[in-house]
Amino acid sequence: MRFAVVQFGGSNCDRDVLHAVSDVCGVDCDLVWYKDGITKDYDAIVIPGGFSYGDYLRAGAIAARTPVMEGIRRHAAAGGLVLGICNGAQIGAESGLVPGTFTTNATPKFICRPICLRVETTASPFTRLYKEGEVIRVPIAHKEGRYVASPEELTRLNAEGRVAFRFCDADGNVTPVANPNGAAENITGVLGGPAKNVLCLMPHPERASEEVLGSADGKKIFLGMIRGIEEAGSRA
Amino acid sequence: MMKYTAKITIALKEGMLDPEARAIQHALANLGFSTEALSTARVFFITIDAENEEAAKAEAERMCERLLANPVIHRYEVEVGA
Repeated sequence: MRFAVVQFGGSNCDRDVLHAVSDVCGVDCDLVWYKDGITKDYDAIVIPGGFSYGDYLRAGAIAARTPVMEGIRRHAAAGGLVLGICNGAQIGAESGLVPGTFTTNATPKFICRPICLRVETTASPFTRLYKEGEVIRVPIAHKEGRYVASPEELTRLNAEGRVAFRFCDADGNVTPVANPNGAAENITGVLGGPAKNVLCLMPHPERASEEVLGSADGKKIFLGMIRGIEEAGSRA
Repeated sequence: MMKYTAKITIALKEGMLDPEARAIQHALANLGFSTEALSTARVFFITIDAENEEAAKAEAERMCERLLANPVIHRYEVEVGA
């Protein structure tokens, strides 16, 4: 089994994800420079957080249009797992891996703090190890993380069970007060792909994968992916 | 081929929240300026070679569709001059 973490100029959570996948979860993981492209079969591709291209134009816009994304789109279209975290989620949305977009926070400032998320569905490789409605603690760190989608798209996301996570309070209530960035319907994790095999989320599970970091709640995202790959049979 | 300059304005769609505009409006209010409405937009000036003005405009619009605008939140306007 092998994961890839794609590095763009300006990625800065690539090594944190590498640590979470390889040291914490014990799975082989390559760092792949975006110019080198996806040249191997990987079981999962992670687009990490950071500030690719300095967030010029819009966060994720320029990275989303680099050739490496073709390989990632093909991987996703074939049912391969793709996890976009923070800037990776912005890149994923900009490249059409998930519908909607992540844009400037309702209060236009950078927010970096632990946050509560409610698990909205367990019917995905990323969320299968949680319980539905479970509240998990994972930090956010972004200025352009407010999820926006058209009303029709939101209806479809809800109907198809493609909302993975919503911001909530400690008791799991999804309220405006618990919504740090003004995201539509408190949504901060969206599933895409033919088999919900793409997850784009603003919170950082790799920063919540060990108790020493204050929370290990995010680790189950990686472990869920690994479990799914084990069951389906690794191809890498 | 002729040189044309396209002025491309990218703005938020009607009804989209514009947090930066809101912050700027507050700042203006603090300076004593009363504003009824304020929105922000981004302008690009791009010089391109094209057969004619229509072709230059079409090329600039393709740039908007492919990169400059995000159709989820943006609308765009292209003006072309020689």
